[in-house]
Amino acid sequence: MCLSIPAEVLSIDGDMAEVSVGGTMYNASIRLVEDVDVGDFILIHSGYGIAKIDEAEANDTLNLMQEIKKKAERS
Amino acid sequence: MSIHKFGIPSLLPENIKLLSGPGCPVCVTSRYFIDDTVACSKIDDVILTTLGDLIRVPGTETSLHEEKSAGRDIRIVYSVLDAIKIAQDNRDKKIVFPGIGFETTAPLSAAAILQATEIGLDNFYILSAHKIMPPVMAALIDEGVNIDGYICPGHVSVITGTQIYEPIVKNYALGCVVSGFEPLDILQSIYMLVHQIEKGQPELENQYCRAVKPEGNIKAQKMMYRVFKTRDDWWRGIGIIPDSGLSLTDEFKAFDAGQLFESLPGTHSDKDKGCICGEILKGLKTPEDCPLFSKACTPVDPVGACMVSSEGSCAAWYKYARGAV
Amino acid sequence: MSSNIVTLDHGSGGKLTMDLIKMFTDYFGNSGPSGMADSAVVDAATNIVAFTTDSYVVNPIHFPGGDIGKLAVCGTVNDLAVSGAVPRYISCAFILEEGLKISELEQIVESMAKTAKAAGVIIVTGDTKVVERGACDRMFINTSGVGFLKQKHRSIGLGINVKPGDKILINGNIGDHGLAVLSIRNSFTNDIKTDCAPLNNLIENCLAVNDSIHFMRDATRGGLAAVLNELAEKIGFGVILIENSIPLAENTRGLCEFLGFDPLHLANEGKVIIVAGEGWEDILSTMKSHPFGKESQVIGTIVDKHPCRVVLETEIGGSRIIDIPAGMQLPRIC
Ligand code: SF4
Repeated sequence: MCLSIPAEVLSIDGDMAEVSVGGTMYNASIRLVEDVDVGDFILIHSGYGIAKIDEAEANDTLNLMQEIKKKAERS
Repeated sequence: MSIHKFGIPSLLPENIKLLSGPGCPVCVTSRYFIDDTVACSKIDDVILTTLGDLIRVPGTETSLHEEKSAGRDIRIVYSVLDAIKIAQDNRDKKIVFPGIGFETTAPLSAAAILQATEIGLDNFYILSAHKIMPPVMAALIDEGVNIDGYICPGHVSVITGTQIYEPIVKNYALGCVVSGFEPLDILQSIYMLVHQIEKGQPELENQYCRAVKPEGNIKAQKMMYRVFKTRDDWWRGIGIIPDSGLSLTDEFKAFDAGQLFESLPGTHSDKDKGCICGEILKGLKTPEDCPLFSKACTPVDPVGACMVSSEGSCAAWYKYARGAV
Repeated sequence: MSSNIVTLDHGSGGKLTMDLIKMFTDYFGNSGPSGMADSAVVDAATNIVAFTTDSYVVNPIHFPGGDIGKLAVCGTVNDLAVSGAVPRYISCAFILEEGLKISELEQIVESMAKTAKAAGVIIVTGDTKVVERGACDRMFINTSGVGFLKQKHRSIGLGINVKPGDKILINGNIGDHGLAVLSIRNSFTNDIKTDCAPLNNLIENCLAVNDSIHFMRDATRGGLAAVLNELAEKIGFGVILIENSIPLAENTRGLCEFLGFDPLHLANEGKVIIVAGEGWEDILSTMKSHPFGKESQVIGTIVDKHPCRVVLETEIGGSRIIDIPAGMQLPRIC
């Protein structure tokens, strides 16, 4: 299972994007992903963006996790 | 790896057993591939750039780690991007990058080669051990591995899409859930799979919707198949699987590190001094069944590849599950 | 000083060597016996002496939040302090690469002097050697140190009094030093700084509170995982760590995930692990009231179960074994 982590796109210069991975700036290649904009979250794998993260879906998962957490705390 | 890292097996009831499939690129790769990378590093003018994952994997005689200490120019990089940079800065040297990994990583090597073409780099080479996922998933079932469903690797699926698992569901009536890597992602995926099994309705589900689209990352797929073509490849513990590996297409032959050395590639073999990695990869045995486990074979002094990569079944078992807490 | 780079002549014992020694004594402020005699002659506070030595070869010599000089003083001070001793005297030996700028050396010397002053220790003796270009990487430093301790603190470094039920405390965020050095080496931009700090004052305060401290160790190379495994092995009990309570800065966590590192394996240079029995609450509040211990936490417990093992309770309630690191951590993709 390959390590890959979400990062926020801060600026774009051609094929490269400066991204923030939890507070560390990194220059990632965005050659492999289409339509990346500043502010998007992309998955970074070994220096390359490999996918955009769908914000709506990510929020759904986040909410679900929060809900499970609350339930777990109550029980 | 994530599964063990979060201690998930300790949370599951006894009737749910998770087996680590051949999802670790280092573990399924042949010992002879390491020998080839070592051979590359011994060629004059070669700088071997490698991901940290490969550095301690034992070859037949030695590892890249040992060769580095012995004075070969072997550099650990985080990304093939770094290898390209090293090639630009050292035009009088030949830079070799061993390409390992599945559909997640192969497009990166492809993108690097395309970039090298654009900027006119003629001193950059890839030694490909890239592999693809679907053939081995089918092969496992054909081999009679007894499983009730697949938790499918999310980051492979980011590139390939969920579509590649359709034949597994259709031909073998096995459920497939594409999973993310956060602890709750994994738990949810297990839940979804159990639910399918209970209903008796195996299907293809996508738990990792936030990153995986049904069609995947088409741009990356196109790049990958422009630069690479499938070939028969050898898998530890399984043997040759048709069309399961990736080699450079004729258009990009100039980037093949194979041309740098004359010696013929070694023959692949499973006989690793009593190592039963193969059967473990197939989910037929657990590391505890291996007489060498945690005795002759530990992460500090590994015998088989499964002990080397921290994601390997034996290393994960050693690290996280020993003594079944 | 006549030359502005270090040459082999600086190590020859002649005039240039004297110049260097003068610089050291000016900064270290002990022009008395140490500068010129072959040994420092010092007074002892008690007749129980702790004695330690360590060499520092960090590359680069400057990194966010510190440098090799600060590290060389803190490292030795901390090794003494965690043994229950009050550090007093330090020696320092430099191995310098020919061609090093004198101004750079001076910066490091100044940093050592400042750190020693802050820690309340005196640098009493030293040595300098210059080696040919390429024979060392700019500068290596060795420091040794002497401290004095009370009879009742004699076994703190050994942990022989550790019992099940004892709490494990730490004085703040883990992993920052390891990642600060790694970041500068790989030109990652972030605001992760080394935690390098002299801990003797914090530790002295804690030892004065009560006699509940059964073990102390600074979590340097190999991180929290190495220290706790060594302890578990030695005392034959188990250690349970609670993942959620281990202090970890967000940016450190993020970079760890990015590179596939385990923060429990990363080096620290200003973190002490304290194992304390009844009365640990007062130790914790004393730690928290110290500038180097604001983020102090209870992170685990000594248990009868799983002898010699360190077990982590994960954030989702699972458990897994924590091992000592097999080797250097390397960036990886899997
Ligand atoms: S424990 Fe070592 S020898 Fe045994 S199967 Fe695993 S890797 Fe192979």
